[in-house]
Amino acid sequence: MTELDDIDRALLRELVRDARQGAGALGRAVGLSQPAAWRRIKRLQDAGVIKSRRLLLDREKLGFGVTVFLGIKLATKGRVSLDDFERAVSAIPEVQTVEHILGLYDYRLRVVARDIPDFERVLRRRVMTLSGVGDVEANVLLSEERRPGPI
Amino acid sequence: MLDDMDRRILRQLQADPAQPLSDLADRAGTTVPVCSRRLAALEKAGILQGQEAVIDWHALGYEVEVSLRVTLDKTESRAFDDMIAAARKVPEVIEIQTFLGRVDLRLSVIARDMAHYQQIYRSHILTLPHIADIEALMHIARLKEDQVLPV
Repeated sequence: MTELDDIDRALLRELVRDARQGAGALGRAVGLSQPAAWRRIKRLQDAGVIKSRRLLLDREKLGFGVTVFLGIKLATKGRVSLDDFERAVSAIPEVQTVEHILGLYDYRLRVVARDIPDFERVLRRRVMTLSGVGDVEANVLLSEERRPGPI
Repeated sequence: MLDDMDRRILRQLQADPAQPLSDLADRAGTTVPVCSRRLAALEKAGILQGQEAVIDWHALGYEVEVSLRVTLDKTESRAFDDMIAAARKVPEVIEIQTFLGRVDLRLSVIARDMAHYQQIYRSHILTLPHIADIEALMHIARLKEDQVLPV
């Protein structure tokens, strides 16, 4: 586990805000020289604290007007191969995230679609046809915000 | 409107947001000047909104992630606003989403271990305003999480 000091935390907050900043700009923002900032960022990357970068896109402007979260309960536990289900569901392009969870449902999927009829098509033709799918609950996303988290 | 070139660039950029412009141009089958002009236009149109660093909370010692599905007391007209404002003040809440469906709101909460989670749940979550019902789902694994849009 990686321990962070206050400067690391400030760097992470800056990178979450805008990952495209160079070491010079980041250093200025947190009061470090460019090489010192670069060394810290490298250390955070090598330790796996900074996992990746995410592109922020305007979904609506790209024509994806609807995001739906599906809770899926597998119908015949034990007989369905979880690996097969996970592979098949992950291969659907409209499925953005697949999470294995414990509780009311087995899996949680994030699905994007152009509109409600398009979502219905994805649900009926792609998701419901997967073997092992039992109960499905759908919740349409109205708003979302990511928080910086405990840094 | 986007054309095929824009789509190719967005697809390649989503796959690896950190790649150098020259690689991106290569993979999208175009030249650096064209690629950089297209990116500028996508930014100007508000489609490309930036990039954020993704933090791996496991690397920082946060082993537990719980999805809390909340039903709100809708007789209270400020239920959503009050709840969201209060949830923002809990550092371990890393995501706040609102829905149309059986669930009103979902919070993603991270914790170092179950004892830490229990403490956050008792002192910061159950004290949030206007909760009518709350349901916890425990994350086991993320199988797909790139959130790539099928442009």
